[in-house]
Amino acid sequence: MGWDFETDRPIYIQIMEKIQLLILAGVYPVGAKLPSVRDLAQQAAVNPNTMQRALAQLEEEGLVITQRTSGRFVTENEEKIIQARRRLARDQVTQLLVKMRELGLGKEQILEIINEIAEEMKI
Amino acid sequence: MKPILECKGLGKSFGQKKAINNINLELERGKIIGLLGPNGSGKTTLLKLANNLLTPTAGEIRIAGFNPGPDTKQIVSYLPEKTYLNEWMRVKEIVEFFADFYRDFDPDKALTMLSQLGVDAKDRLKTLSKGTKEKVQLCLVMTREAKLYLLDEPIGGVDPAARDYILETIISNYHEDATVVISTHLIADIEQVLDYVIFLKDGQIALTSAVDKIREQEGKSVDSLFREVFKC
Repeated sequence: MGWDFETDRPIYIQIMEKIQLLILAGVYPVGAKLPSVRDLAQQAAVNPNTMQRALAQLEEEGLVITQRTSGRFVTENEEKIIQARRRLARDQVTQLLVKMRELGLGKEQILEIINEIAEEMKI
Repeated sequence: MKPILECKGLGKSFGQKKAINNINLELERGKIIGLLGPNGSGKTTLLKLANNLLTPTAGEIRIAGFNPGPDTKQIVSYLPEKTYLNEWMRVKEIVEFFADFYRDFDPDKALTMLSQLGVDAKDRLKTLSKGTKEKVQLCLVMTREAKLYLLDEPIGGVDPAARDYILETIISNYHEDATVVISTHLIADIEQVLDYVIFLKDGQIALTSAVDKIREQEGKSVDSLFREVFKC
């Protein structure tokens, strides 16, 4: 049931990340209507107030917009989505590089491995 | 509007033993609140005081500004720790019985919920397992349109699948202006549906906080914090 959450971070932040990912992955495409707070809360098996908070935060970041009468939508501003995608990618790569540095690898070696795997995965 | 539940200097003693000791508390409307504490910390006593099953020995407790009594029972839906339903009745009869008692009770909704949980409405209560009886009672309580739900250990005796269904029901059924209080020590299971938690320790409030505030400030779940606060 519901979405999986880590135990040591605020739930609303994890909800934000998850919804952001659903938007970036195109599950909720540009301009699409989002399900209601209640439905999303039920899907995620979280408190509706927490879901509300996560959505309000996404709205502040510009990824989601509210139309007073008809509900919440994914922004039509593709620039915002591109920015969010880039931000998320940077975060993930940073985490990866921190780990690689812990392994004692230098830039050259890291790039070499990345190219190697990209080749294998045909990216 | 008055808080849905308010305690001022509330105390309840059984002889020398102080089960509830000087509790001051105000609960907002529209929240899901966890009442958490180890065995014997006063959770059940507090809920009984709110339902007029016990009377305070100090201070006062008010429901929407009123003393607990017949009037407040119309807006409070209470799941006691023990079952009080007649064993010889069939599930269907109990649903009808409840409909006679409470104006805000929706029998059709209750029957739908029961069938989703795999309970046969024709069965007599005494033939049901302990967990199934708990499901029946919880369905009855949750299908009232109350302002305050007081649930004493609602998920303790049921299997994990039913637990998920019950939590889902709590999320989807409660109204925006209704408050749900869930007493339990199975914190990890319900943590993500709670707005606030209240930790009770030896009849006193050890801590009240928003769940995400605990995670933000302590970097840990309510469950881990509980284990720290109540370390034996």
